Amino acid sequence: MTTAHLDLKPKDYRSEVPPDWCPGCGDFGVLNALQRACADLSIAPHEILVVSGIGCSSNLPGFFRSYGLHSLHGRSLPVATGARLGNHDLHVIAVGGDGDGYGIGMGHLFHSMRRNINLTYIVMDNEIYGLTTGQISPTSLTGMKTKTTPEGNLEPPANPLLVALAAGCHFVARGYSGDQKQLVEIIKQGLQHPGFALIDVFSPCVTFNRVNTYDFFKERVKRLEDMGHDSADHMAAIEQARIWGDVIPIGIFYQSPDPRPAIDDQDPALQGEPLVHRELGLSAEQRRQLIHEMM
Amino acid sequence: MANHRVWGVNMSERRDVIVGIGGAAGDGVASAGNNLALMCARQGIGIFAYNSYQSVIRGGHSWFRIRASNTQPQSVGDRVDLLIALNQDCLDRHLQEVHPGGVVLYNSSKLKLPHAPPKDVQVCALPLEELVPEAGKLTIMQNTVALGAVIQLMGLPLEGIEKLIEQAYGKKGEEVVRSNRAAARAGFDRAKESLVPIDSPLTPGGKPLAWIIGNQALAYGGALAGVKLYVAYPMSPATGVLHWMAKHARRLGICARQVEDEIAVINMAIGASHVGVRAMCATSGGGFALMSEAIGFAAMIETPVVVINVQRAGPSTGVPTKTEQGDLNQAVGASQGDLQRIIVAPTSIEDACHTIPEVFNLAERHQLPVIVLSDLLISEGGTTVPPETLDFEPVIDRGELITEAPADIDPAASYLRYRVTESGVSPRAIPGVPGHLFVAASDEQDEDGVLISDVYTDPVIRKKMVDKRARKMVGVLRDIPAPALEGPTDAQVTLLGWGSTRGVIAEAAKRLTDEGITANHLQIKFLVPFHAAEVSAIIESAQKTISVENSESGQFARHLRAETGLSVDGHIRKYDGEPFEPKHIVEGVKAVLRGDEVVRVLSTEPGWRSEHPPVATGPTGTRTH
Repeated sequence: MTTAHLDLKPKDYRSEVPPDWCPGCGDFGVLNALQRACADLSIAPHEILVVSGIGCSSNLPGFFRSYGLHSLHGRSLPVATGARLGNHDLHVIAVGGDGDGYGIGMGHLFHSMRRNINLTYIVMDNEIYGLTTGQISPTSLTGMKTKTTPEGNLEPPANPLLVALAAGCHFVARGYSGDQKQLVEIIKQGLQHPGFALIDVFSPCVTFNRVNTYDFFKERVKRLEDMGHDSADHMAAIEQARIWGDVIPIGIFYQSPDPRPAIDDQDPALQGEPLVHRELGLSAEQRRQLIHEMM
Repeated sequence: MANHRVWGVNMSERRDVIVGIGGAAGDGVASAGNNLALMCARQGIGIFAYNSYQSVIRGGHSWFRIRASNTQPQSVGDRVDLLIALNQDCLDRHLQEVHPGGVVLYNSSKLKLPHAPPKDVQVCALPLEELVPEAGKLTIMQNTVALGAVIQLMGLPLEGIEKLIEQAYGKKGEEVVRSNRAAARAGFDRAKESLVPIDSPLTPGGKPLAWIIGNQALAYGGALAGVKLYVAYPMSPATGVLHWMAKHARRLGICARQVEDEIAVINMAIGASHVGVRAMCATSGGGFALMSEAIGFAAMIETPVVVINVQRAGPSTGVPTKTEQGDLNQAVGASQGDLQRIIVAPTSIEDACHTIPEVFNLAERHQLPVIVLSDLLISEGGTTVPPETLDFEPVIDRGELITEAPADIDPAASYLRYRVTESGVSPRAIPGVPGHLFVAASDEQDEDGVLISDVYTDPVIRKKMVDKRARKMVGVLRDIPAPALEGPTDAQVTLLGWGSTRGVIAEAAKRLTDEGITANHLQIKFLVPFHAAEVSAIIESAQKTISVENSESGQFARHLRAETGLSVDGHIRKYDGEPFEPKHIVEGVKAVLRGDEVVRVLSTEPGWRSEHPPVATGPTGTRTH
């Protein structure tokens, strides 16, 4: 974590490339919140690596001023994991959409949470495939009509929060792009969590999702902190994560009071200076020992 | 003993001894084989070994062959002189293969000879119950008895096995050490007393050699090259690299991790490499298929990474514990689009160790992925090497890598990660360095890393960036050595092979020349990029060209044709799962000279058959299509 206190503003994280999202896209709110959270925490842009997959939301690194890596569809987490293992002095933030993270990338998500690699994962969840012009996503509601489900979606939506709570993730949260104040706070907490942090964010698609609109969420979302939820209580978190209907809770569902150590803190080979700063090759003594084993 | 001409080898001129150890998985075949190899290596005896085994944990048939010689053998050879049968199945299968002058060794308390041994083969019965009464039900001790007997026959000192026993069983207590020493001595004495001495050509007592398995060589080569992250998903026959890395990780400051699948593996390696770490991974064909997309990603973001594909017999799950050179097409075709990558196939176990540091330098200098095509023959084969050849400090060349910035750098300075240059290589900054912010993308991007794919699509930029990356391959070709012809330039036959088959083809070429058919040999190590001009010149001036490869469809011959526009005159192809033996190539060449175009080789020794006919087949190890 950065110790130097820099006077950083959200605009310091604004790249020269204007976002190409549709006007009104929920992803603008996520970008703004991330810029505010990083400024509040005074993390220098060159110490941040934002890794994304493929999808509208995965274009975010291009609009965020830091190091960025816009990787393959569904693979932001393994790429981010490799970067974090390689240099644990970097703040590694993975971002993407629900198709990227909960569809093609779900296997990596489960194992990243189980492994507990120290990074923050923000999923801009719009319950639709936008970049491919409107097909169901893993979080699309049952019955939803799209180009690929003209008769309505037969499958129930995935519940990423329950998956995270079951996978041993020690920081599980859901924000809403329309609630900046809370979202900035959630991201700040996530960035400071010493392990894997999953932040699912309702980020409405104004072009292809006519069901889960701003109005849809505005009527339903309710802050967990206003509901007396204890985010240190794992069972309560599971109860809250199951709620979906007239009320949809948002906020930090679970933040372990005693977070289990991240894999980067446990692996003996990762202790000390980051891998990237280590001298390459073997010493004469190391070679002697290794060759001796073969004799 | 009478002289017999078998496979063209005069027994009285024998320069090596080939030991075959066979049994079921769980009988300790591999451990006996490794111990024997190690004993030879410590006496300065050169070894080449190969274990043919099945993908089962118990049962099946494992067949470990060790070729020992005063000079370094380059292949496992093509006979059996000393047979150690650890179960009845092995005795039934292989008894009839033992060559004149050879010996069959077996535990006669448990096993029975199925028929009389071949002519001029001695039988060394080693009744465990009688020789080591205290062994009781510990049948595994038959291995120690047999090793004691076999080293006597090979002319190795008994002390070698005693030292090994102390190292292996020291922790289990004095009693275990004592009984095993007694067992080894009993076998040693029985061989000495009961047999007409065989004339071992081996002269022990030379400078000790190192005994190394191919996967260890690849892993050790990685450590020498400065690999700091090794990630993998277990897959035969590549898992040995992961085992070595995991065992030595902490001591060497390497992070070695097993992760959820091969897609994660390669993307983690790319992520680590992107932040400046030398990262490597290894898998086999199926896992490599999963990695394909990310290889193109590495090429697009110009991040170096080294991926090893240890080929096994395909397609699909195929035969997981059998060797093949069947993934050349896959490697060449891996990932969509025109991408820049190097494809290299080490030509021996020792070469594998030197290839890894070499290709890391190429990967970093030219900022691209490298695919290393090993195979089961290299990765699970074993060889001796003079220890000093492993004790080297490779040159480490990281290319144009920016790992730090001047203290007074303007944090808002602009940096073109993909700056267009003449060589196509752009100075590469690693995340964390101030003043060099950039975004790398799997999408097409301009010099500054800004995407052109979605809204700024521009044919001029697109072509400029494709050309920039493509230019890098010119530099790569300049950096890699052109293959060279070995043997007389005016030979009647030119044998062409690639990768792991170098040793066995060289041996076959020599044997052909000795038999009056002059042969030379061209072995290709770098498949992509390809020294087309040099190879074309060699093919065009050759009298008769014959490709030799472990592939049914002739993937290598096709690659040669694609790169040079030239076809070879004959093909020797083997895809039954077992590696070539010199005799297969010798007989194959003769068949081509008789007019066959494609020779499809089958290992025809009775031991390879699921049923075992009572008579040995003739000297031809090949059949034509």
